[in-house]
Amino acid sequence: MTLGLLSRQRWRIATTLSAVMVVAYFGFVLLVAFDKPLVGTIIGPGLSLGVLLGALLIVAAWIVTWIYVRWANTHLDRRVSELRAQGPAP
Amino acid sequence: MNGAAILPGTPNATAIAFFLAFVSLTLAITWWAARRTRTTEEFFAAGRRITGRQNGFALAGDYMSAASFLGIAGLVATSGFDGLIYSTGWLVGWPVVLFLIAEPLRNLGRYTFADVVSFRLRQRPVRIAAALGALAVVALYLIAQMVGAGNLIKLMFGLSYQTAIVIVGAVMLAYVLFGGMIATTWVQIVKAALLLGGAALLALLVLARFGFNPLRLFAAAADQYGAAVLAPGKLISSPWEAVSLGLALMFGTAGLPHILMRFYTVPDAPSARQSVFWATGLIGSFYLLTFVLGFGAMVLVGHDAIVAVDKGGNMAAPLLAEALGGTPLLGFIAAVAFATILAVVAGLTLSGAAALSHDLWVNVVRNGNAPHAEQLRVARIASVMLGILAVALGLSFKGQNVAFMVGLAFALAASGNFPALVLSIYWRGYTTAGAVASIVTGTLAAATLIVLSPTVQVDILHHAHAWFPLRNPALVSMPLAFLVGVAISLAAPEAAASDGYAAKERRMILGER
Repeated sequence: MTLGLLSRQRWRIATTLSAVMVVAYFGFVLLVAFDKPLVGTIIGPGLSLGVLLGALLIVAAWIVTWIYVRWANTHLDRRVSELRAQGPAP
Repeated sequence: MNGAAILPGTPNATAIAFFLAFVSLTLAITWWAARRTRTTEEFFAAGRRITGRQNGFALAGDYMSAASFLGIAGLVATSGFDGLIYSTGWLVGWPVVLFLIAEPLRNLGRYTFADVVSFRLRQRPVRIAAALGALAVVALYLIAQMVGAGNLIKLMFGLSYQTAIVIVGAVMLAYVLFGGMIATTWVQIVKAALLLGGAALLALLVLARFGFNPLRLFAAAADQYGAAVLAPGKLISSPWEAVSLGLALMFGTAGLPHILMRFYTVPDAPSARQSVFWATGLIGSFYLLTFVLGFGAMVLVGHDAIVAVDKGGNMAAPLLAEALGGTPLLGFIAAVAFATILAVVAGLTLSGAAALSHDLWVNVVRNGNAPHAEQLRVARIASVMLGILAVALGLSFKGQNVAFMVGLAFALAASGNFPALVLSIYWRGYTTAGAVASIVTGTLAAATLIVLSPTVQVDILHHAHAWFPLRNPALVSMPLAFLVGVAISLAAPEAAASDGYAAKERRMILGER
């Protein structure tokens, strides 16, 4: 794999995961802004939809972080050491 | 409810003992670190020998300010669910730092984010703009931290505001001046462990009373204060306001100089990556714990008792500690809050000193050719200057409402620093003029719009109306900075800058080797 290809692949993964985070967070904020009664719905004893979604958002941040780190620890680091072994750019 | 037994402002022997223990321990660390701080690389980057996990703790220690511990616990205690909206905002910036910034930053720079923005561009103009952008954020953040420190210490230890500010300034300067980044890193690690440990202990003591089930705690709060505590309150009034604040929080983290600087303390890009992984886990857990603490204080201390001590609810966590563990636990939590401020202020001072000495002195005034001893000497002089500035800012903003300044610092970072950083890392066509224009536009637009906002015009100056409707400017200033950076770069392409992109891309992926 060439450096340019690896760089583009990293960019694609970085922007996709960033977009997931942006959509999740601003989705949550806009839901709170536009439909407060829905967010305040009690869905169980001591639990509202808003509290559940807020906690899930924190978990979502952990999950996307973990996905990237896993990809980078395995795939990215291996490609980087292959490219380094090939020596300097022509 | 439990009437608050303590009188705030009464010196508490346990608090003072814990605090003295913390200061002695950290000064011992500083003494140890001072003997290992002989080069500029050791002073600013801890010799790049911090591991990913250690740096994750240090990042968490640098980021979790007293404002987030006391402020968010207080917000939850007084208005329930709304506190959670804030906590999520403070966390979601971290994945963005990981995906877009951390690894390229480590591979491309040495001490400051200006290293990365000015890569392949003309050094002087870009360094001047980026250093001023960094210093603007550092100054605002320092004001918020120092004023918060003065008020908090006055409330908890009974010291005068001025004494508190001077103590914070002096102890922090001792860490930075003698122990540099090595001491600052370990102070942040110790502080993160204490803060997380203290919050976890309090949360366990709260949950023990509710069968270790947070839902039973929330249900008890809803029984007592109505189901409204689990529903959105007044925090988000307009969607525009919410999105603007959200943009500042989400992208501001990736433009905070003291956070970015921490990535230079690890040996390579993979460790920079592991450090964000740890930081995100620790900071997210901390906010979940804070949510439990807030509800715990609401139920076990009571809304009225909390507001009686401090209108903003900032004493919710300390009062909860007293209700659960008496004076010893209160003393411990008070000392942890003090330690928290010291660690954050030390990190800010060090990053400001790096902008002054590495960017402005070494690379602008001396054209990158300063002898080694001179670099270290200038770095130390810059630290002293910033320490004095921090104390002066703390004293001159006494009694002002500075809570909005953290939000403004994030807005400045998201508008002035973040667009320039992203464009310079990922866009071949970025030019020197584009970089300078986007930093200057983003910083000035954010600062101007804040001055014209209801926060300053209505709340502080008591005018009838504000020129700009939003309290946070990021919705306008951040897109504007991107737009100006791209438009100026397209209008006048810079051949040398785009020719340098291939080499930059190689180093960004492969590192220096």
